[in-house]
Amino acid sequence: MTTTTASHHADAHAAGHAHDDHEQSFFVKYLWSTDHKVIGFQYMITGLLMAMIGGYMAYGFRMQLAWPGEWIPGVGFLSSQQYNAYVTTHGTVMIFWFAMPVLIAAFGNWLIPLMIGCDDMAFPRINRLSYQVFLISAVVLIGSFFVDGGAFGGAWTAYPPLSAKATMNLSPLGSTMWVLAVALEFVAFLLGGINFITTAMNARAPGMKMMDIPIVVWMIVVASILFMVSVGPLVAGAAMLVLDQQLGTAFYDPSGGGDPILWQHLFWFFGHPEVYVVLLPAMGVCAEIITCNARKKFFGYKTLLYTVFATGIISFFVWAHHQFVAGIDPRMANVFTITTLIISIPIAEMIFLYIATLAGGQIRLNVPMLWALSFVAEFLLGGVTGIFLGASGSDIYFHDTYFVIAHFHYTFVPIAVIACFAGFTHWIPKMTGKMMNETLGKLHFWTTIVGFNLVFLPLFITGMWGDHRRIYNYDHFPDLSTQALQDLRIASTVGLLIMIAAQGFFVWNLIWTWKKGPAAGNNPWQGTTLEWSTTSPPGHGNFHPMPTVYRGPYEYSVPGAEADFLPQSQPPA
Amino acid sequence: MISYAVEQVSTYAKDIDFLILLICGLVGFWFFVAEGVLFFLIFKYRAKEGGKAAYMDGTDPKHTRFISWPHRFILICDVVIVVFAVKVWMGVKQTMPAPDQTVRVVAQQWSWSFQHPGPDNKLDTADDIKTLDELHVVVGQTVQFELVSPDVIHSFSVPVFRLKQDVIPGRAIKGWFKTTQTGSYDIQCAEICGIGHGAMVARIVIEQPERYAEWVAANVATATVPPAPAAPAPAPAAPAPK
Ligand SMILES: [Cu+2]
Ligand SMILES: [Cu+2]
Repeated sequence: MTTTTASHHADAHAAGHAHDDHEQSFFVKYLWSTDHKVIGFQYMITGLLMAMIGGYMAYGFRMQLAWPGEWIPGVGFLSSQQYNAYVTTHGTVMIFWFAMPVLIAAFGNWLIPLMIGCDDMAFPRINRLSYQVFLISAVVLIGSFFVDGGAFGGAWTAYPPLSAKATMNLSPLGSTMWVLAVALEFVAFLLGGINFITTAMNARAPGMKMMDIPIVVWMIVVASILFMVSVGPLVAGAAMLVLDQQLGTAFYDPSGGGDPILWQHLFWFFGHPEVYVVLLPAMGVCAEIITCNARKKFFGYKTLLYTVFATGIISFFVWAHHQFVAGIDPRMANVFTITTLIISIPIAEMIFLYIATLAGGQIRLNVPMLWALSFVAEFLLGGVTGIFLGASGSDIYFHDTYFVIAHFHYTFVPIAVIACFAGFTHWIPKMTGKMMNETLGKLHFWTTIVGFNLVFLPLFITGMWGDHRRIYNYDHFPDLSTQALQDLRIASTVGLLIMIAAQGFFVWNLIWTWKKGPAAGNNPWQGTTLEWSTTSPPGHGNFHPMPTVYRGPYEYSVPGAEADFLPQSQPPA
Repeated sequence: MISYAVEQVSTYAKDIDFLILLICGLVGFWFFVAEGVLFFLIFKYRAKEGGKAAYMDGTDPKHTRFISWPHRFILICDVVIVVFAVKVWMGVKQTMPAPDQTVRVVAQQWSWSFQHPGPDNKLDTADDIKTLDELHVVVGQTVQFELVSPDVIHSFSVPVFRLKQDVIPGRAIKGWFKTTQTGSYDIQCAEICGIGHGAMVARIVIEQPERYAEWVAANVATATVPPAPAAPAPAPAAPAPK
């Protein structure tokens, strides 16, 4: 299973690239490429650009919340309709067009072939198609801002009947384009997922057994499986939603015999596993960085895999914790409270394993390591605050308040932002051959972390004190028009401004790296996994010659060994 | 924590607040333990000149007990939280005490209208009192409410009661509360319902029986006219986003 495909695959690849000898045009080389590294860059860059759009939306609505009704520099006045559209697009973009492309697609493309020691994805052309469909989906979503009625404003959860009826959401085209964009994005990730799973299972270098696969590859594979299993019902749901929108069917309309709650079940049956679809790759990225920079084996590699599998399975049985007060049979809440609290067991185990990996290490606090460690520190707060929402009794109060917003941003910001920068700073020397600037990297890290906490810590309190979600101006609510609450809202907005400004250091660092980044060499971090055994950046075909694997992925500080790391591909003495 | 800013005005508010405090204590403890250990390890095992890291794979029981024992305690904490959460939940959502008064709450884009039972204390009779954006109840009485919506999903949220219940078109969802003090408080719509969602607010007025009787007497005559739906919330004129 592990040995046969490499050579066969190389042949097919050579045939498809017979024109490699002559000079390729920019278009063929960077836009029409089937090379997994280029496609990884395409996903990474598109994801980061989309994050800027999502961040711009956040800027717009947080400014409105801090100084309601005022003119916002760079945005103008925000009407309640636009406010809803901004909130909706922010959520949709950050999850589907930032977290997923960066964590699964970009890291998956960069890392899977390089870490399992093959020359490219199993299906390079499907891989290219995946990105192209993804790009179209992004264009459709952005385009919805420019059609009659504007972008959809019914929240990223798109509950019907609001999302189903143009007379109620007032965005007849925008709401359909939203569904269409999300559906296209799903197609892109189904194509990508097939590739990731097939490649990791079939194209591994000779000698690499299942338990020699680096954690991040496992994580992306499991995440892809979770995505593929959970997305089907939602695609069916989305088809019904479009029919309701455009043909006036009544799948979700009670007056025509439909049921609005049906959508919620389909959506959250996908929506909860989706959390793990992005969480797992983020945790994988951090596992690689933490082992490398603690110079230690991962503490309990197999235990981690089992907890990941367990989490993946349980994640299909918790969805209704989003619907406790949604009008489902109240007895169901008891079942889903239990399943939800059960999932805290494997998640706690995972976090403990990460912390335990540090014990006895030689911890280098370089930039990737700072990001990876802060992932653990910040995600902990997101994890424990989830208990308040998973426990039915307290969710009655917290549901749809800012407490929920603060909670899931303490999971999603570590996932999408922190783990993204962790992986980016760790592997960019490999992907470009250039080292990034350490000082700028640290400035970027600390300002982002300070800004991030300043955004969301106050929101736990405003949520606790009654601020509910998706409100464009709290002046309408007598009990919420207090100075204390407004001060907290302003503090949160100031945090966001800091967080946005902090990204200037990142851009500066990119330019610095581009202009005068020192050469990285093959293995700047003294890592053990296969990607560090080839050149930086890896050439076409990745490895010359193809590697053979002799040991597990994290042989750091082996007693008796000369160096404090034994690469997977180094033959035994 | 919550009652510092949001009063407890229903009988079950203190139960929910206690549950929240309990969870806060339990998960707060584990949160600080985990963060403490994390930062301690980062500090203690920072790289030193010529240092060498330990080689362990995390299967030796001597090492794993540092994880497995906390894990067992977390399981116990989970059980405690489930028990209390389910108890509170059943009290609020799965019981229906005999009501002293029944009201109908109509949530629609973008206003609340309320149907009070009137002098005969029965709903759907000629003397019902219908109001817009104001719900009147008697302090200390158990009120049963029925939530209906003619258009989209809304959510009936009364933070001082710690109560929230979505309103689903096509269904009549029932629930209850029992007030503990007089006053007037926000009723918020907690589920996005369109452009007026950000202004969908009503007030609940909790009164002594005498005041409530006066209010009923004053309104029963005018109450035959059903309230018109409110106009959408005024939005500032705005240019298209750039
Ligand atoms: Cu969930
Ligand atoms: Cu609403």
